[in-house]
Amino acid sequence: MNAFVALLLRDIRLSVRVGGGALMGALFFLIVVTMMPFALGPDLNLLARIGPAILWLGALLATLLALDRLFAADHDDGSLDLLMMGGTPLELAVAAKAIAHWLTTALPLVVVSPVLGLMLNVELRAIGMVALTLLAGTPALTFIGLIGAALSVALRRGGLLLAVLVLPLTVPVLIFGVAAANAAIVGPAPFGPPFTILCALSLASLVLGPFAAAAALRFGLE
Amino acid sequence: MAAIYLANPSRFLTLVNRVLPWLAAITIALFAIGLVRTLHAPDDYQQGATVKIMFIHVPAAWLSMMGWGVMSVAALGTLVWRHPLADVAGKAAAPVGAAFTFICLVTGSLWGRPTWGTYWVWDARLTSVLVMFLLYLGVLALYWTAEDPGRGSRAAAVLTLVGAVNIPIIKFSVDWWNTLHQPASILRMGGNAIDPSILWPLLIMAAAFTLLFFTLHLGAMRNEILRRRVRSMRIMQAQEARA
Repeated sequence: MNAFVALLLRDIRLSVRVGGGALMGALFFLIVVTMMPFALGPDLNLLARIGPAILWLGALLATLLALDRLFAADHDDGSLDLLMMGGTPLELAVAAKAIAHWLTTALPLVVVSPVLGLMLNVELRAIGMVALTLLAGTPALTFIGLIGAALSVALRRGGLLLAVLVLPLTVPVLIFGVAAANAAIVGPAPFGPPFTILCALSLASLVLGPFAAAAALRFGLE
Repeated sequence: MAAIYLANPSRFLTLVNRVLPWLAAITIALFAIGLVRTLHAPDDYQQGATVKIMFIHVPAAWLSMMGWGVMSVAALGTLVWRHPLADVAGKAAAPVGAAFTFICLVTGSLWGRPTWGTYWVWDARLTSVLVMFLLYLGVLALYWTAEDPGRGSRAAAVLTLVGAVNIPIIKFSVDWWNTLHQPASILRMGGNAIDPSILWPLLIMAAAFTLLFFTLHLGAMRNEILRRRVRSMRIMQAQEARA
């Protein structure tokens, strides 16, 4: 367990210090959301209607772009090999890295999303709920993306391949995330069912993601 | 026992060369019977002759799912038992399955135009098949980008198993989202809801498509084995030339 905490703290430290780029994802999120009204026109009613969808898409793309860094640096400097040879189960080490990644890239997205929701004319009372759906759903995005990151680092290919592999798998998260956010804003469907399914998706990928990613690393880098 | 016997690619190739002509002949015969029965099947009272698209569309849809099933079994064979043929089988099944999924999408789109009045709607069935097609393309992309065939096939095996877990989830989530496509009418509670005059041609066509899948799959496996032989012979030649 000590190794788990140590790895978690190491990854957090690496990403918040100079050159880590922890807040780059949040900045990207801000820019993507700002671009939307330029493409769609500044009609506030339209923006209010599709605001949750824009926030979810922006969060999905921001998470995806940051995934490249999850294993690449560790693979380049050899620390990934040390992790694979070390006494800690690789699944646990991979999970620690993913949690650190979520804390440094996805959590800032959740924190800034209320401000962006305000810019998209999302109703005030619903803004908190939309942020809550992001908080519940982004772990699923990170842990599904973890599998893609492991596969692409094992093949020494990143970028577009990662997006092609990961995006189709995130369809359910997007559907239930947007459904829960829309239920919070316009109703009439209740907020509970899609939100609990979203939580279930996050918990399931929290369990399955590290195993699949560890398998991909083992088979790819042996 | 057979699995161990066939682990030798040469034995497998002899077997394939013996079986493949017969399999192809039976496939052609079944297609001939199925197409004639299809032509004689009655038209729909509402849709007219366009209902005949069903005899291609439905078997292709079934096989697109079976293709992923074959790939999942092959993926287990690659990762758990490290069977040398499993990795070839998985690689050979991916393009065939993707092609059937594509046929399903195209025929469905052509059928949708006269009956629904549109080539495409974002309906549950259509969308989940489209996502499955994208997953197939992801697996193919993984094979294309890997330099070393062994490493690429292990990565694709992991992705195939992840997809196998995810496809039902995607299907249910999309079902919940929106719906226009009709629900299942053959394998359902309370027996099938199709008249025998249509059901029989459909089942014959499904059998013909299944055999077509295995004919193409075995042929693709043979080609893949030969391709790997050519590759290693080229590498040996290059090494000899250097020495």
